[in-house]
Amino acid sequence: MIKIKAKDVDVFYGKKQALFNISLDIEENQVTALIGPSGCGKSTFLRCLNRMNDVIDICSVKGEILINDFNINDKSCDVVRLREKIGMVFQKPNPFPKTLYENVSYGPTIHGMAQSKQEMDEIVENSLKKAALWEEVKDRLHEPGTGLSGGQQQRLCIARAISVRPEVILMDEPCSALDPIATAQIEELIDELKKEHTIIIVTHSMAQAARVSQNTGFFHLGQLIEHGSTDKIFKNPDNKKTQDYITGRFG
Amino acid sequence: MNLILFTFIVLLGFTSYYFGRKKAYTIQSTKKRLTALPQFYGYYLAIWCAIPAFIIFSLWAIFEPTIVKLLILSDYSNQGYLDDELNLLYEKSKALSRGQFTGEITPLIEASAEKYLSLRSIAQSSKVVIVLSAIIASVAYAYKRISSNSRTREPVEKFLNAVLFTASLAAILTTVGIVFSLIFQTIDFFKVIPLFDFVFGTHWYPAKAFVRDSSEALDPTMYSDTFGAVPIFAGTFFIAFIAMCVAIPIGLMSGIYLAEYASTKVRQYAKPLIEILAGIPTVVYGFFAALTVGPFLKELGTSMGLEVSAESALAAGGVMGIMIIPFISSLSDDVITSVPQSLRDGSYAMGATKSETIKRVIFPAALPGIVGSILLGVSRAIGETMIVVMASGLAANLTLNPLESTSTITAQIVVILIGDQAFGDPKTQAAFALGMSLFLVTLCLNIVALRVVKKYREKYE
Repeated sequence: MIKIKAKDVDVFYGKKQALFNISLDIEENQVTALIGPSGCGKSTFLRCLNRMNDVIDICSVKGEILINDFNINDKSCDVVRLREKIGMVFQKPNPFPKTLYENVSYGPTIHGMAQSKQEMDEIVENSLKKAALWEEVKDRLHEPGTGLSGGQQQRLCIARAISVRPEVILMDEPCSALDPIATAQIEELIDELKKEHTIIIVTHSMAQAARVSQNTGFFHLGQLIEHGSTDKIFKNPDNKKTQDYITGRFG
Repeated sequence: MNLILFTFIVLLGFTSYYFGRKKAYTIQSTKKRLTALPQFYGYYLAIWCAIPAFIIFSLWAIFEPTIVKLLILSDYSNQGYLDDELNLLYEKSKALSRGQFTGEITPLIEASAEKYLSLRSIAQSSKVVIVLSAIIASVAYAYKRISSNSRTREPVEKFLNAVLFTASLAAILTTVGIVFSLIFQTIDFFKVIPLFDFVFGTHWYPAKAFVRDSSEALDPTMYSDTFGAVPIFAGTFFIAFIAMCVAIPIGLMSGIYLAEYASTKVRQYAKPLIEILAGIPTVVYGFFAALTVGPFLKELGTSMGLEVSAESALAAGGVMGIMIIPFISSLSDDVITSVPQSLRDGSYAMGATKSETIKRVIFPAALPGIVGSILLGVSRAIGETMIVVMASGLAANLTLNPLESTSTITAQIVVILIGDQAFGDPKTQAAFALGMSLFLVTLCLNIVALRVVKKYREKYE
């Protein structure tokens, strides 16, 4: 089933066009990887999906992005509700300067999702369990989140993102600041999370894309060169550029 | 004369730099590898020129006057003069030789003045000779010593280290010196006025001390109930409190606006405009408070049936608060801007609005800096003098009514030290005691502030 449908998306930073005519369908409950060389626009595209580009003054987005058949670029779209539905995990772990508990309860608090302390405790515990962090931190929930290791911090950020039960999770190179072991943990986690969430991951590592994703889109110079099942893109791409990038001839 | 000598030594320094570098180039041209860049050889020689000059100059400055004095007075020391008379004679002959003497010129003074002049000129010329020969000797020695494998980089770096260390030492020693001068005078003060009376007394009326005839012996009992510092401490904190009530909300909110809400263009103009407030001299704020705000408040109060003094704590504190706004707004703007964008992104991506993000994420992250800026504002408020002197009156009333006039520590120091003062008088020493307490208060404030900030940092970084 198609969860997100992007139609003819153009993105401009001031006068400079960063994305050209992107049309891409994203399947529900699957992992879609966006790959491509640095500066190709894959992160920019990712940020279109929860309208994070609004934060950048000079950035403007044109075209339609339909999530559950609703155009999020429409004026009637409530960004607060949209971002409740679409979670995001960033390249560098960015836990808030608060305790572990407050980090995870942040989203549920601002969206008023818990009626009692007990309910909130449950949300926090479940989110941390789903993020495979609970066992490591259950005794120190009230210590600062910034005291964790890099990999733990990133899993904390994932717990924070899933605490509001988003339908979609956007991941912007979530493992690029982590060591191989932490990376393996996150990848395992992504596999687990796709049962309940639709995941879109931007990654520099082609091996990672091959490992975690079912679908892959290849971006180059602001254009979507090719997209399809990960198997096909990696084994038998249609486009010469894709083939060159996959085989490491440029990028 | 000293100026010419000094210029000459500086020129010598440049010359030795030039020769050092030249020698390095010469060594280099023989295809030998140097241990440092050529200019280090130059600096090395220049340092060898500067150090002896500095040592000799300072030795001269320390010992020359003493030796000259000793030589002049040695002639008269066996003729039955008292020490004080000899000192006076020396000072008089010094003044005469500079042409600043106004009294009666006796042959004795004239003779010693002549001697003073001749000794001075001998001292001067021997200084020139010694300095120049020392420099030339040391530079020549160093010049001979440098070769392709001599170490020049390390001594130069060590010298720089020493210079920088001396600079910071000077700042620290000055502080220590100030503290010590305060301490001794304060101790003298408390010998006359009991500490208890000062700290807990509720009457501050130093004018009483003006009436003392300085030829009379000091009678501590006449000062009881004169130097009770409670009213002025209360006044200080009260006015500072009023000022912070104005400055913290306005400063903080404008800081948040500038950092988070204002567009680049607005920020570009608004920030310097707010900072102009910080550039206005406090004396201008002072007469603004005294001539505009004070009378305005008085009229306003009278029309509402309140009794308002023309010089009120409210006028002084309010204007002081306005003065402090730019410190708080500008500093908190800087702190908030330096909160990493990734935290904002994280919060926005959770669906938080701007105000939620500021309240829950940015503000806690920026808090140490904001607390720091507020405490800086508080110590400005406590140390501010001019506004209080002009707008809040000088009578030390013990009151918590903002419409009455009160006085502060700083204003009282001004009152005490304006006009004639006699050292060793309790009235003058009271100023030192006040200065000391002011220093202690701000010191405690700073220590607390550092602790708070540090604790917060440990928790969240």
